[in-house]
Amino acid sequence: MSRDEIREGLSDILEEVAGVNPDDVAEDKSFTDDLDVDSLAMVEVVVAAEEKFGVKIPDDEVANLKTVGDAVSYIEKG
Amino acid sequence: MSANGSRVISVGHYQPEKVLTNEDLAEMVDTNDEWIVSRVGIKERRIAAENEKVADMAIKAAEQALANSGYGPADIDMVIVATVSAKDVCPNTACRVADALGIASPAAIDVNTACSGFEYALAQADMAIRVGSATRALVIGAEKLTAVTDWEDRSSCVLFGDAAGALVVEGTDDPALAVSPVVWGSEPSMSDVIRIEEDVPFIKQAGQTVFRWATTQLAPLVEQVAERADVKVSELAAFVPHQANLRIIQGIAKRLDFSEDCVIAEDIVYSGNTSAASVPLALSKLVQSGKVASGAPILLFGFGGGLTYAGQVIRCP
Repeated sequence: MSRDEIREGLSDILEEVAGVNPDDVAEDKSFTDDLDVDSLAMVEVVVAAEEKFGVKIPDDEVANLKTVGDAVSYIEKG
Repeated sequence: MSANGSRVISVGHYQPEKVLTNEDLAEMVDTNDEWIVSRVGIKERRIAAENEKVADMAIKAAEQALANSGYGPADIDMVIVATVSAKDVCPNTACRVADALGIASPAAIDVNTACSGFEYALAQADMAIRVGSATRALVIGAEKLTAVTDWEDRSSCVLFGDAAGALVVEGTDDPALAVSPVVWGSEPSMSDVIRIEEDVPFIKQAGQTVFRWATTQLAPLVEQVAERADVKVSELAAFVPHQANLRIIQGIAKRLDFSEDCVIAEDIVYSGNTSAASVPLALSKLVQSGKVASGAPILLFGFGGGLTYAGQVIRCP
């Protein structure tokens, strides 16, 4: 799966669980500061991403996923 | 004499007079109403007076439940109190309640499984009645969480409140009215996720980990509770989960097949998280509101520190 495909998948999740406008989603955007995704919404995003992409994202790792690009890279590594 | 089961015959609750609003909290720590409401759904909570103890609140809720039952102190032979915040450990809170109400010689037990304590306590009362070791029990959840709250921690101090809730159960041979067999358990490998320990005597939790556990692992357990009660989730008249966080309640509820008419308790909005008191408090208000018909199935589900969980279906008194 390409980075663009992963980003689009994440964008769908962000729209569904946190009401983020897909036009705002880019790799350099911070979940907290730019997209207004709070810590609990981030958990919902992670849970949905695990289901969608078949990866495991432990709680310890969630704190390191600061930008959309961080999450894309983590999912890309599988 | 034993009975085939036990049934809930009355409820009662107590909350301290003092209201602490989000605006009040904004003057104490760096927070605001919008932040609190969007994160946890709480608008206000009740705070016990400095000299008001867990036992004092338990006594008031128990008095109301007993008065509503139509029975007197001589008719009660078991008092069981769920609490995680009683500072006095001996005598236990159950003995204080029994003494205050004039209940002469009950089995008197405190239970600590944190936020699931009330459901564990109800299960033990149910079992005692089934085997004939009790005939009528007062089951109470009472907490003074503000005594174990870190008022400098903006992520947690907005959550907690003080309260007590109680109910009376007695034996029944009518399976249609009986409390269902409990589904209970724990996740001891996650013990460190919610803590009130000697070194840091305040409630400390890993919020994201708790949130993930609650919103992903609990819905199947709630389904198991319904299955053990031989009731479909879609047939429930009400769902009263531990009032931890409105987003957890909604997160669990959206994974379950409730009917549109099912009342989902959201007392957290006005009471905050009151640990073992939250379910009997919300249940008591729900029953007193008259929104649920007598005999209709209500699913209770507690979860929290330990981690522990427990639930059962009762019939509305």
